[in-house]
Amino acid sequence: MAVLAALLSGPLEQGLAYGIMVLGVYLSFRILNFADLTVDGSFPLGGAVAATLVVAGVNPALATAAGFGAGLLAGAATAFLATKARIAPLLAGILTMTALYSINLRVMGRANIQLLRQTTLVSLVQDQALGGDYAVLLFLAVAAIALAAVLWWFLRTSLGSALRAVGDNEDMIRSLGVDTDLAKVLGLALSNGLVALSGALVAQYQGFADVGMGIGTIVAGLASVIVGEVVVGEATVGRALAGVLAGSVIYRLAVFAALRAGFAPTDLKLMTALLVILALATPRLKRVLRLAS
Amino acid sequence: MLELINLTHTFERGTPVEKPALRGVSLRLGPGEFACLVGSNGAGKSTLLNAVAGTYVPDSGRVLIDGKDVTRLPEHRRARLVGRVFQNPLQGTAPNMTVAENLSLAADRGGRRGLGPLLGAQRWAWLRERVSVLGLGLEDRLGTRVGLLSGGQRQALTLLMATLARPQVLLLDEHTAALDPATAERVVELTTRLAEELGLTTLMVTHNLDQAISLGHRLLMMHDGQVVLDVKGQQKSSLTVGGLRSEFERVRGVAFSYDRAVLA
Repeated sequence: MAVLAALLSGPLEQGLAYGIMVLGVYLSFRILNFADLTVDGSFPLGGAVAATLVVAGVNPALATAAGFGAGLLAGAATAFLATKARIAPLLAGILTMTALYSINLRVMGRANIQLLRQTTLVSLVQDQALGGDYAVLLFLAVAAIALAAVLWWFLRTSLGSALRAVGDNEDMIRSLGVDTDLAKVLGLALSNGLVALSGALVAQYQGFADVGMGIGTIVAGLASVIVGEVVVGEATVGRALAGVLAGSVIYRLAVFAALRAGFAPTDLKLMTALLVILALATPRLKRVLRLAS
Repeated sequence: MLELINLTHTFERGTPVEKPALRGVSLRLGPGEFACLVGSNGAGKSTLLNAVAGTYVPDSGRVLIDGKDVTRLPEHRRARLVGRVFQNPLQGTAPNMTVAENLSLAADRGGRRGLGPLLGAQRWAWLRERVSVLGLGLEDRLGTRVGLLSGGQRQALTLLMATLARPQVLLLDEHTAALDPATAERVVELTTRLAEELGLTTLMVTHNLDQAISLGHRLLMMHDGQVVLDVKGQQKSSLTVGGLRSEFERVRGVAFSYDRAVLA
């Protein structure tokens, strides 16, 4: 049992740390109905900002918060492109993501920053007495669940509900007096803030930030969202948010299992993409099969 | 009160496909006045409603609501003043949100949306009472996703949402055209009741001439971007569908012979 727990604590920790990213993807993809590719750039942005500040001797909590802040800006930039410059949402995300690649290299000054001998949030958690071997797991669980709870609260306020309406019927909520452009700026900023926060935590967790750490973030995020919807459901906001975290953990466990089964790590993105394609195409597939029979 | 002063608007202006949609429309609807607007396709009815709602800024002319010039206010900033129901019942509600959430979003029309809960206990009770006026039993389905309701139920809900925050002006864009006759009749009955109760200045576009004659205080006919007929009171109640139809033919005929003259 103890062996199993020790074995699984890795993927569980990853599931929770990446789960914060999935909360962000859920916010853009499901709540705002905006397929936002910015996340492939804002995830490493959070890692780059946090790692650079940690190495510079800044308090790791502050460094992590700065990562979140950088993500807010990245999301706001994409929303600005999509609403004020009227660039198609997908392209707006791609543009910000591409720009962020250069920005992330500028922030770090090189492609990779090691954090192994630095004081990070994760090393601070490991060094304190509470939780023993599971201190990091516990810390990440508390962080992810607390953020999900805040999001749950926010999405049921008047403002948060207006955001949900923007993704559900934009014309309607505009006719009710909501500035939908501003709502998208707010929503995408929050979304990418969470994604960057996750990137900051993952960098400290894995002990380095890398300019390539964001590749495939959107696909992994979507896969987690979809797995959560299938396993936990989506009838209410609370259920959907619980599903997001559960989906992320299940996804990382599946990745872990695939690696243990001997799949090459480099094949995982292909498998994840196939999973998402299958999930997104299922409704259409069902219809075609029904017509054929 | 709604006042339109010499509104003009041309779509695709300056291109070979430019289409004048409004050619100098002036109109004044008093407080609580209910007007039906008829006219063939392309007459400019929807363009007129869009100018009032703020979907676009007209080329020239002014839109005044309750004496306030709103011509250049974007749609979301005049939402407080204007409620609107479209033909398509799917257009006016958020399908993945509940009946109560939709209503509560509408109750905050044009107001600040802060970090208080969308649905407090007090709001819930008030919505329950308000939605019961529809007589559809929705007060017991406040937690149901709107996407699960029928088209007629959604349209009735949209109508209630359009009037819940007591706007100055109610715009109805063929809002019963997509409903079956029995449902349409109920929605019409509800429309007149709400408009009267709340004293809303109402502009209703319809293709149903019977409806246009029997409802409201005033009948307007548009053709080719202009108001060509404006009858009220005694004159309106003595109208017949046949008479209205021949009036239609007459204005269309005039335009037709004019076109022929130009081409000849």
